[in-house]
Amino acid sequence: MAVRAAADAALRFLRSTRPHDAHCATPPAERCGDISRRPPLTAMPDPDSARRFEATVMPHLGAGYNLARWLTRNEHDAQDVVQEAYLRALRAFDGYRGGDARAWMLSIVRNTCYTWMQRRGGLPAMLGDDVAELPDSADAGPEAHALRRADAHVLRGALEDLPLEFREALVLRELEGLSYKEIADVAGVPLGTVMSRLSRGRKQLQHLVLARMGGPTR
Amino acid sequence: MICRDAQAMLSAYVDGELDVPTCLQMESHLADCVACNAALERVDGLRASMRAATLRYAPPADLEWRVRSAVRRESRGRATVLQRVWRWSAMPAVAAAAAALTWFSVVHVGRPGGEQRIADELVGAHVRSLMVDHLVDVPSSDQHTVRPWFNGKIDFAPPVGDYGANGFPLIGGRVDYLAGRPVAALVYRHQQHVINVFIAPAGEDRWRDGALNSNGYHLLHWSDGGLSYWAISDAGAHELQELADLLHPPHS
Repeated sequence: MAVRAAADAALRFLRSTRPHDAHCATPPAERCGDISRRPPLTAMPDPDSARRFEATVMPHLGAGYNLARWLTRNEHDAQDVVQEAYLRALRAFDGYRGGDARAWMLSIVRNTCYTWMQRRGGLPAMLGDDVAELPDSADAGPEAHALRRADAHVLRGALEDLPLEFREALVLRELEGLSYKEIADVAGVPLGTVMSRLSRGRKQLQHLVLARMGGPTR
Repeated sequence: MICRDAQAMLSAYVDGELDVPTCLQMESHLADCVACNAALERVDGLRASMRAATLRYAPPADLEWRVRSAVRRESRGRATVLQRVWRWSAMPAVAAAAAALTWFSVVHVGRPGGEQRIADELVGAHVRSLMVDHLVDVPSSDQHTVRPWFNGKIDFAPPVGDYGANGFPLIGGRVDYLAGRPVAALVYRHQQHVINVFIAPAGEDRWRDGALNSNGYHLLHWSDGGLSYWAISDAGAHELQELADLLHPPHS
């Protein structure tokens, strides 16, 4: 009886929060008839669930892999992380309320990366707010020109050297084209933090790129 | 607007993330600040080169396939559990009691409980080895490479042989955990099937020698020379027996 009541509640919850999913494609009257005839838990091991899950998140495998690859800086780790993240996502799929599937999947990949790196003892210390600002060069002309000419090899190396939080924000912004709001959701930080990480990250990246190009690096 | 604020917001400005009033303030500041203009040029320069370069990593070709199969395997498992729960809640009491009796007799009478647990662990270890890129820690078909590799990693010496000539090439070895202890895993290939052979000192495990079918995988257990062997694969039971005979020729 308790199982049944809980299942009813879960079903009502699913229907109220996921208006567009497959269950609700049927007219309400039919659904009511259906629910009284059949024990409600049939809705839980929905054979379509896996298909719906795949249709929702598989298109974001590329974005997920790219993020994992940049965060772990290792292609094998990135593959394992992505696979683990997708299994985590499957387990959490009932709680997925619709909305931006890419941001949802990326946040799971991101969190799986952090757990993964923590487990390996490789999670670098979080940046405090007191990271020294790098000095600016007054002579911007040649620097801006050099930055514009930086090639993929230099950029890749410099981005890899960037502290994790900055790297994460820049990859999501420049490579995945996420908005600040989406980055805030993925990284689980306030909007202001996203703004500050991108600002400081870009500044630091400029210095790293210029250093690799043998240019002015102050 | 002062330079300090302008430079802090420069990134948001180029990303089009500032609200209109702030954006206007920014533009009027940029109109007559050389230093901030220089900073803007640098940010723009970096953005331009980052866009031009292909910095995005593409996933390897087989990753999607691997993720899809892992997801399907997992959701099949979930569905089975939930369907079982449903069945229990829906069935009339008598049928439930009958089912309980059947279940009890199958699990507790037909097969020792510890055996089923190890079978589950074996299936788990086998599937895990196929799922991620962790099939082998020492990829080699050379028994003289694989055998010494185990030294110091486990406290016994598993016999390692390559039976490529008999259709069972050695892929490599790995250390795995079974029933709470490290075991040696030898990995063989037979046609398109991967066979894991887990080896541990024959301890107090109560496994009978013989074959078993669990979750669609064939398992074969045997003991020899103080060691306990489990072979597991989606290959046929006959093929497992063939490999077991190669590992332990009947005359030995």
